[in-house]
Amino acid sequence: MSLVFAGLCSHAPGITARAERAPAELREPFFANFNIMRQQLEAAKPDALIVIAAEHFANFFMDNMPAYAMGAAPYYEGPIEDPDWLKIKRRKIPGNANLSFRLIKTIMQDIDLAYSEEWKCDHGIMVPLHFLTPNYDIDIIPVNINCQTAPFTPLKRAWAFGKALRKACDFVDERIAIVATGGISHWPATPNSGKINEAWDRDFLDKFARNDKTALLAYNDEAVYADAGQGGAEIRTFIALAGAVEGRKINIAFYAPIPIYAVGCTIAMVDLDES
Amino acid sequence: MSLYYVQKFIYNINRDTKLQTGFAANADMILANYDLTDEEACALREADIGLLYVMGVNGQLLMHYAAYRGLAWDDYIQAMKDGLAKYGEVRAGSYVTIDGGAGGAV
Repeated sequence: MSLVFAGLCSHAPGITARAERAPAELREPFFANFNIMRQQLEAAKPDALIVIAAEHFANFFMDNMPAYAMGAAPYYEGPIEDPDWLKIKRRKIPGNANLSFRLIKTIMQDIDLAYSEEWKCDHGIMVPLHFLTPNYDIDIIPVNINCQTAPFTPLKRAWAFGKALRKACDFVDERIAIVATGGISHWPATPNSGKINEAWDRDFLDKFARNDKTALLAYNDEAVYADAGQGGAEIRTFIALAGAVEGRKINIAFYAPIPIYAVGCTIAMVDLDES
Repeated sequence: MSLYYVQKFIYNINRDTKLQTGFAANADMILANYDLTDEEACALREADIGLLYVMGVNGQLLMHYAAYRGLAWDDYIQAMKDGLAKYGEVRAGSYVTIDGGAGGAV
């Protein structure tokens, strides 16, 4: 078949863990856009949802850290976090190992992708699923880009990974959805948690929305760390999605800094039917 | 200093409920499997989040560890601030505090 849905959302744990602490005038439109995204995802009738995430040591450590990895299991588990803390119940999440391996085989023509037949999800995947597949009735295929511990994969490789992933999606019979998930500027898990560089975010989102490959790949890690904090490395998930939908504009449905959630909360979707 | 193994322990226990059960029953026996200094083992055993933060434990690892050890969000942020006041600036890693925590929501 082909790609039937593509979008991006934030995943910060505060979105569920501290949901009620955000001002209603910010929380309600953010959650409403999550709901619109869910409706559009469901309307696309995907057989599987690939989540391009930036995991946070749920599966990989510095003894063996892949730049790119894909899950290939019949089911996954999550969240690893205390469920009462994240406010998402621990559960099994359906997967499709056969489909994963067919995707992996094609992606490997272009990218040296690691794979894993077991996978635990942290907030980076669980928060998006909480909003987008609340009944856990769509097969999930988790993907991780290392955005947590340097050295990081170059941005041009994140773009290439997105292109390779799209090629693999187009090569299988199933209807595939992709949701990338990451933060833009943020200083999570520090006393600065809640600091957001809104001007930097909006400039980045302008380039992302135009899907301007040259501009997106012009960022460098040192400047991103200085301007966008520890969490800025997660722009790799945005860039992978941009690569997957190369040539198409990306609609920023919602953006607002929500400090108690520790990130500029973002919802974006791609019109795949646009000529 | 063996920050790598401090983080390896946290990585393992954050994602393994059986290890959490074993740690609750006999923390020293579990910690003996890692190459830790006395200060590091004590910080892990006592959940001294402020010291672990200053040592340079990756923020994502420490955030999940603090949650597992029962710290509410505001208490976790405060523990890091207290750690800075008591032990000084972050010694390693990328999760440093800038401008005294300016912009923080808590």
